[in-house]
Amino acid sequence: MVDSRFISTIEPTEKKDTRSGFGAGLLAIGQQDDRVVGLCADLTGSLKMNAFADAFPDRFFQVGIAEANMMGLAAGMTIGGKIPYTGTFANFSTGRVYDQIRQSIAYSEKNVKICASHAGLTLGEDGATHQILEDIGMMAMLPNMTVICTADYHQTKQATEAIAAHHGPVYLRFGRPAVPMFLKHDAPFAIGKAQNLMSGDDLTFVATGHLVWEAVQAALALRDRGIHADVYNYHTIKPFDEQALLDSVKRTGRVVVAEEHQKAGGLGSIVARVLSAHHPAHMEHVAVDDQFGESGTPAQLMEKYGLNAAAIIAASERVLAKRG
Amino acid sequence: MSHDLTAIAHQVRRDIVRMVHGAASGHPGGSLGCTDLVVKLYFDRMHVVPEPFNMDGTNEDLFFLSNGHISPMWYSVLARRGYFPVAELATFRKLGTRLQGHPATEEGLPGIRVASGSLGQGLSVALGAAQAKKLNGDDRTVFTLHGDGELQEGQIWEAAMYAAHHRIDNVVSFVDCNGQQIDGATDEVMSLGDLEAKWKAFGWRVLTCNGHDFEDLGRVIAAADAARGSGIPTVVLMRTDMGRGVDFMEGTHHWHGIAPNDEQLAQALAQLPETLGDY
Repeated sequence: MVDSRFISTIEPTEKKDTRSGFGAGLLAIGQQDDRVVGLCADLTGSLKMNAFADAFPDRFFQVGIAEANMMGLAAGMTIGGKIPYTGTFANFSTGRVYDQIRQSIAYSEKNVKICASHAGLTLGEDGATHQILEDIGMMAMLPNMTVICTADYHQTKQATEAIAAHHGPVYLRFGRPAVPMFLKHDAPFAIGKAQNLMSGDDLTFVATGHLVWEAVQAALALRDRGIHADVYNYHTIKPFDEQALLDSVKRTGRVVVAEEHQKAGGLGSIVARVLSAHHPAHMEHVAVDDQFGESGTPAQLMEKYGLNAAAIIAASERVLAKRG
Repeated sequence: MSHDLTAIAHQVRRDIVRMVHGAASGHPGGSLGCTDLVVKLYFDRMHVVPEPFNMDGTNEDLFFLSNGHISPMWYSVLARRGYFPVAELATFRKLGTRLQGHPATEEGLPGIRVASGSLGQGLSVALGAAQAKKLNGDDRTVFTLHGDGELQEGQIWEAAMYAAHHRIDNVVSFVDCNGQQIDGATDEVMSLGDLEAKWKAFGWRVLTCNGHDFEDLGRVIAAADAARGSGIPTVVLMRTDMGRGVDFMEGTHHWHGIAPNDEQLAQALAQLPETLGDY
């Protein structure tokens, strides 16, 4: 049921922030590949880029509070063979610099890794100005862009290292709070390949980012009621693994999508598009419904906006109640 | 190799007006105004390897056109310099062309290293390329060109601040000071104020020159080259006439972004000797 290739424990005792996985991964890939350079817009500590900056001062560039310039610099550094990793909050990595990314990175096919922390509601107390919930949509719409959203510390470290070997622009999204470490540090990880964390025939869970652990918890609770969910971790949102989704939904006929993002434009929109084209099925969507966030603790916000295991269970009950 | 820059510039100007006429669209004014500088760079100053084109430009001088709308000038210079066949200039702005309305890498046109057109982005990209050169121990120079109206974009000043802070002295930027932009004179649309003082305040060495005098262009380029190692980036405020070389296009924003008709084309070509053979 639970695939032990991916999941290390369903009762995790340790929590760690995904951004620390980014910091560890950046240091590791920096040690392996001297083409890797880091750029940061005055958030080195928040992005956990200090270890890389200390180890490779010549390959780390402090940009100051000037994100548009940072995106252009990163594009330029690829001309000369560098593999730039930019670091700032997700809000300032996307919406603030969308045209710079579109023209100088995506359209120009530059090998830039846009690494974005503090995504979504779980940024918490800073409030809606910083809680971007539209970034996956914006980035997935761009041709040439790969979009990755990781679920825990180990996966973020793995992804940070893996994107260096992937030639082309990448958006890597992760978060601020400490979250359970439930995935294996050496789990099979391939960009564009969804991970089937738990198997079942009653309904399909498609989750990304912080909602993956919530989906696993929901699946475990439903299992106790005799309902078996086929749980997928879509760490890569684009390119989207259509085959994994279709293979599962052809068996289950029902799907619940969960993401820390607006309903419009994110993972759920992609799932709906793929299903409507190839295999229409009942779908429920656990995501933010056309609202901005607000201040609060991460747990309070996820509860208020309906982005947790309880919300996934409720969505499962709704989708299972549908006929046909 | 010594080139007759005047003859090349005449041909580039012919190419520009013919390309824009052929596409019935494009930006002749700024293209004509910046022709002399870019001819000077590609045929006299820059060490480049047109063929085979290398995206990384290792051990080559690099040029970034930030005001990408003056693409017909750049395309003509690149073709005349041997990056791609001159005959391809006839495809400018036409469906399926590598010569997009604004420069792009997607179609693989040799000589283009990043897309430009949305203004204000080219200096940042050039600075990144300049820092990559430093990391690689490559002592070649990165040149950039910007419109004066383009300096209204905030990203330019983010980049200017960064260059001085990081002591990027292997970049030389040119500003096409023609005093015009789409809606009119820059002084009327959005006054740029004292540009020399602005760049100095941002920590740059500021040079000025006549953008239509090859000798004067050579003087500032030599001065910029001599300043390598100073840790100070150089900007050249280059006085130009928009539409230079075609009397009815000179000194007005009217010809920023429109194409000549058949009669106007004939009038323009009568003023521009065919020196290297039309495409």
